[in-house]
Amino acid sequence: MLRLVRLLALAGLFLAAVAQADEALQRVLVADPFIELHTGPGRGFPVFHVVERGREVVIVKRRTDWFKVRTSQEVEGWVPRAQMTATLVPEGTPLDLHEPTRGNYMSRRWQGGVMAGDYAGASLISVFGGYSFSDNLSIELTANHILGEFSNGFSATLGLMHVFAPEWRLSPYFVLGTGIINIEPKTTLVRSDGSTDQLGYVGGGLQFYLTRRFMLRSEYRNNVIFTNRDDNEEVDEWKYLGFAFFF
Amino acid sequence: MEVSRLRLLFLIATAAVSLQGCGLFSRGDDAAPEAVPASGSTAVTGEPADQQPIIDPQVERREIRRPQIDTEDFEIGAYYGILGIEDFESHAVYGARLAYHLNEDFFLEATLGQSKAGRTSYENLSGQSELLTDDERDYTYYALSAGWNVLPGEVFVGKNRSYNSAFYLVAGIGSTNFAGDDRFTVSGGFGYRVLPADWIAVHFDVRDHVYDIDLLGEKKIVNNLEAHLGLSVFF
Repeated sequence: MLRLVRLLALAGLFLAAVAQADEALQRVLVADPFIELHTGPGRGFPVFHVVERGREVVIVKRRTDWFKVRTSQEVEGWVPRAQMTATLVPEGTPLDLHEPTRGNYMSRRWQGGVMAGDYAGASLISVFGGYSFSDNLSIELTANHILGEFSNGFSATLGLMHVFAPEWRLSPYFVLGTGIINIEPKTTLVRSDGSTDQLGYVGGGLQFYLTRRFMLRSEYRNNVIFTNRDDNEEVDEWKYLGFAFFF
Repeated sequence: MEVSRLRLLFLIATAAVSLQGCGLFSRGDDAAPEAVPASGSTAVTGEPADQQPIIDPQVERREIRRPQIDTEDFEIGAYYGILGIEDFESHAVYGARLAYHLNEDFFLEATLGQSKAGRTSYENLSGQSELLTDDERDYTYYALSAGWNVLPGEVFVGKNRSYNSAFYLVAGIGSTNFAGDDRFTVSGGFGYRVLPADWIAVHFDVRDHVYDIDLLGEKKIVNNLEAHLGLSVFF
């Protein structure tokens, strides 16, 4: 019985929360002659309803470039971004969606992504994240998974990245940093202990602004691994292609 | 000389106070000096404390709000299915999935799965010989993939119900930990997703995981096929 009461109370709270959420939804006025409501968030989904100019709709949610709106008659459908930008907020100004564009790239702060390539003949999977503290300079943390025929390893690096011309669509950049690397020989070979060493790297790359908040990257690094043997080891690292997004 | 310089300074100050209307001493931004009523000895630049301000703006401050729109581009979920590990039987596989939808056509996906390998035919026939220890039979993998919604559409259940769906292709890279080692793995496949509501999706996926292994002496390519059912929510 108590459980049932609790459950009902919880359901009540949930409904209250939903009602509260409804209050906070953005209302917009249709400014185009009409907007079309699709049955799903995609260009192929059929149009099943239209809302005329001057009518009000609320924006329920957004998925990629599609907005789910609800009319005053409780009809819900999906509207593309191009039509949403032609609506007005109740204050009378156009709906500003703060879309990330190439111009926004200059004011970006965080960047992250994935890259794939070659590490001295081994396959390389790399995940990175960076924080930029000026238009050109950013600090970047990278985690690599190195998968070779004879040995596997992980490495983590921290370094600086300097983008020469962030305002260009295609811009070269320069990287410099340090990190640690752990290499373990494969178990099918003679068993020997792996080693963890420090490394330093210098390199460069190209970044290409794709669209919205997305970029492509390609990078080369020359690593010097400070081994405990007599000679340091130099390793070429090629990241052929990477995908990055910024916030 | 010192006295005359001080006197000059004093004269300028006096002139500045008395010749408020004069162009030489008026401020550049004081655009309409004639609008200010002459009020004797009171300084015209400041308001007397007991009087109403000359201009009392009754404009309400406009509230600038950035539209708060709930964006649901991420998808998180879990799956359960069957994985055939080449030479090592088929077993249950379960995993977690995180996806980010770039636009209506493409998405990025990270998956993390786990299974357990069985025994090879050789092990079963020979009786007691074991190729792998129990720990080495643990099979875990991760994959970073890109997906393409090739055939988006709707499914119709009965006369009055329709649900959004998509048939998609996925390809990616990752790593498989099996037989005590990590192996670079290329994976690919297809899937079908139906959305019972806007925020929840049911998936059926088929994947092939391909990697090189030299467990039995010589190197060979193995294909591990996986089929699973998954459930995910958008957030």
